[in-house]
Amino acid sequence: MNRYPIWKYLLILLVVIAGFIYALPNRYAPDPAIQLSGQSGSMVMDESLMLQATAALDEAGIAYFGERVNGKSVLIRLRDAEQQLAAKSVVQEALGLDYVVALNLASNTPEWLADLGGTPMKLGLDLSGGVHFLLQVDTASVISTHLDTRLSEAKAALREARIRYKSASLKDQVLTFTFTKEEWQDQATSLIRKEFRDLLPTQSKNGSLFVVSATMSTTAVKEKEEYAVSQNITTLRKRVNELGVSEPIVQRQGRDRIIVELPGVQDTAEAKRIIGKTANLEFRLEAKPGQIAGREEFAFRSESDQGRLAWLERKIVISGDSVTNANAGYDENGRAQVDITLDAGGGRAMHYATRNNIKRGLGVLFIESKARLEMQKNEAGEEVSVAVPYVEKTIISLATVQSALGVQFRITGLDSPGEASELALLLRAGALAAPMYFVEERTIGPSLGAENISIGVKSVQLGLAIVALFMLVYYRVFGLFANLALGLNLVLLIAAMSLLGATLTLPGIAGIVLTVGMAVDANVLIFSRIREELKNGETIQGAIHSGYDRAFVSIVDANVTTLIVAVILYAVGSGPVQGFAVTLSLGILTSMFTAIMGTRALANLVYGGRNVEKLWI
Amino acid sequence: MNEQVIYDFMGRRRLAAIASVVLLIVAIGSLATKGLVLGLDFTGGTQIEVGYQQAAELTQVRSALEQGGFKNPVVVHFGTESDVLIRLQGQPEAGLSDQVMAVLKVANPAVELRRIEFVGPQIGEELRDDGGLGMLAALAVVMLYVAIRFQYKFSIAAVCALIHDVIITLGFFSLFNVEFDLTVLAAVLAVIGYSLNDTIVVSDRIRENFRLLRVADASEVINESLTQTLGRTIITSLTTLLVLLALFFIGGELIHNFSIALIVGVFVGTYSSIYVAANILLAMDISREDLMPTEKEGVEFDGLP
Repeated sequence: MNRYPIWKYLLILLVVIAGFIYALPNRYAPDPAIQLSGQSGSMVMDESLMLQATAALDEAGIAYFGERVNGKSVLIRLRDAEQQLAAKSVVQEALGLDYVVALNLASNTPEWLADLGGTPMKLGLDLSGGVHFLLQVDTASVISTHLDTRLSEAKAALREARIRYKSASLKDQVLTFTFTKEEWQDQATSLIRKEFRDLLPTQSKNGSLFVVSATMSTTAVKEKEEYAVSQNITTLRKRVNELGVSEPIVQRQGRDRIIVELPGVQDTAEAKRIIGKTANLEFRLEAKPGQIAGREEFAFRSESDQGRLAWLERKIVISGDSVTNANAGYDENGRAQVDITLDAGGGRAMHYATRNNIKRGLGVLFIESKARLEMQKNEAGEEVSVAVPYVEKTIISLATVQSALGVQFRITGLDSPGEASELALLLRAGALAAPMYFVEERTIGPSLGAENISIGVKSVQLGLAIVALFMLVYYRVFGLFANLALGLNLVLLIAAMSLLGATLTLPGIAGIVLTVGMAVDANVLIFSRIREELKNGETIQGAIHSGYDRAFVSIVDANVTTLIVAVILYAVGSGPVQGFAVTLSLGILTSMFTAIMGTRALANLVYGGRNVEKLWI
Repeated sequence: MNEQVIYDFMGRRRLAAIASVVLLIVAIGSLATKGLVLGLDFTGGTQIEVGYQQAAELTQVRSALEQGGFKNPVVVHFGTESDVLIRLQGQPEAGLSDQVMAVLKVANPAVELRRIEFVGPQIGEELRDDGGLGMLAALAVVMLYVAIRFQYKFSIAAVCALIHDVIITLGFFSLFNVEFDLTVLAAVLAVIGYSLNDTIVVSDRIRENFRLLRVADASEVINESLTQTLGRTIITSLTTLLVLLALFFIGGELIHNFSIALIVGVFVGTYSSIYVAANILLAMDISREDLMPTEKEGVEFDGLP
């Protein structure tokens, strides 16, 4: 009685070994490092570049070690994490803007461990420090812009088909055309149906007028939104890469939100400027003197031109989407400029527009979306602050067209070299398909992160020590079994989290502590049952056997229900709460293994099949 | 010690019922009149934590901010005397942290930025809805599971006990003005998990004893089951409480309220599995007939451990 077949011992041993191996990488803390790479992928990084960088670090008195070149990038490890930012700016200054200098964490995991797939746990922002943004994609504005284009297209198509409309307007995402004759209404409806597949026209009558109203079909709306969000994610990824951050996270959340997490970044102002900018450009011709229709008035962006206004045509020649490359530089007079290269289509459009308009002005509009908070009354009549997104368009340059422009030209009239390089970066990374604004932002300082880790570790240690002592005193030998199982449970939990690539957060650590407290529950159930059976006069072997057997159903039921709650917690929670849910549910699974199989194996090994006089429980 | 004493838990069931009802009325009353002090996660807004070398004078920090052009800043200590939490209205423009830090550095150069959080108003609202929805979903799924594994009377008893625990824990937060943020919501859900754990273990014993004991009186069976599980209940609650106290004292300010919620929850949860769940079972006239197995439960697990 109470003997495990050899394969069960081997299985447990195997799990224990695997657990220790995959938990081990967490013992090797990564080094703070900086990583150098070229602005474009074709640039070769070599020894001389590395020497240039290390010389700059030497001069600034920043201690480094383990520098390495691998053709595409250079990695320099630093002794002190606090000098990481200083090192970045020193090296950036020494090498110039052609290189990207990124903050990085260089792995210290031994090679054999890394070969086995071992990696340390990822740390959440509350432990590593950094910034977290949640961006709302303004999909409604994408639809409005699209409908605006559709309106002018539809008007043109109606004119061409000689269908006379009395009025045409766009309001609340509904296009409305009115006609004086019924046949025009019918013709217009079939024309819209044929030419514009994404519009759904409906007919109605308003007094003596025949009305056709058209809305976008739900599938078309969904498609547009989908495109806008995924395009924005792609653009954000590129921008974040240009920022030089190690292990950034850019992912979608829900239907129209995007999470951006930048570990280690402290300068939120810069990160926000680069990420949040829609920074699209529009090139439009200046309105002709005397032109009334189809023009729009804009203010100038630069400080020195405050209050100056200019009229531009409504028609857009090209937008920032056509830009394939952009570089900051200086013109003959030493003023900042941006050299722009367009794609073929953009170049052609630019050429047609400028060829016949030499000596007219060409305006470059800078488009930014922002949000301001406004107090509004909600349905319950309470004053609540609501973020109202709006788009700001300002002129960055208005220059006379000297000759027909092609795929390559330049923009001048920028305030500073800094602005020029920022604009170039934004144009290079591509425009956002839809405006976005920040709905959530969290920054954790590096010292707070380090502090959170240390208090987290301390809480786990203290919790573990108290519980272990208690179990030992109360259940003696079996308490020792439970404690071994508890220790193994921690190791397995850490190994599982590392393997799954789960992120450890502060609430996650709290989840581990809670797991430690609750994990012994299974053992308490079993041991109380064994004591009971002994009291009822069972033999020692019989008591152990039925103790484990009878407690098993309770343990499974209790843990499954807790697991259900943890899964729901994961589903509805976000960020840190999910971290808590992950550790809690993994902890339940590992604790069931260690508390039931682990302690049983120990009990069987020690007492199984022997003539035991007295059970120390 | 072979003569086992059976505690007459159910003898005091009326008293316990009254106590529960009183607690519930106080909790609901406080929630209805005072409501919860919602944290930034749910209200939206901007909050900045800064650290000083020594104890910081709040009035100085406040006046420095007001002179710097920040309207109505809320300034409080956070955890220690040297940590200060500042709440500002509105959305941070790019560079807000720099502005705040510049203003504070004028007053006292030894100040360090610890964290900044901004939550948009619509996010807060959504989180509130999601949180409530999560709790309801958890209760519904648990009810279903218990109904399948046990019997519907157990399921009603368990869910009543859970609702009891959640309301009292929330009531505690309302009554003592403890801030309710996202981590506390997580803790409340964990309380559901914990209390359920307890209730299931007790229910499991009650079911077993109904089948095992040849006694007709339900309250006797329940008393015996509660007595048998009492040792386990106390020890598990004790170990959990011990680690929670460790979290409470050294876990830092960010999970302070989290541990409060769980400490309250463990007390209430332990009490409720004895006096709410069992009480309701008795009130619903649970009997042997309810539990006569159509198939032997637990058969599928035999031989596993």
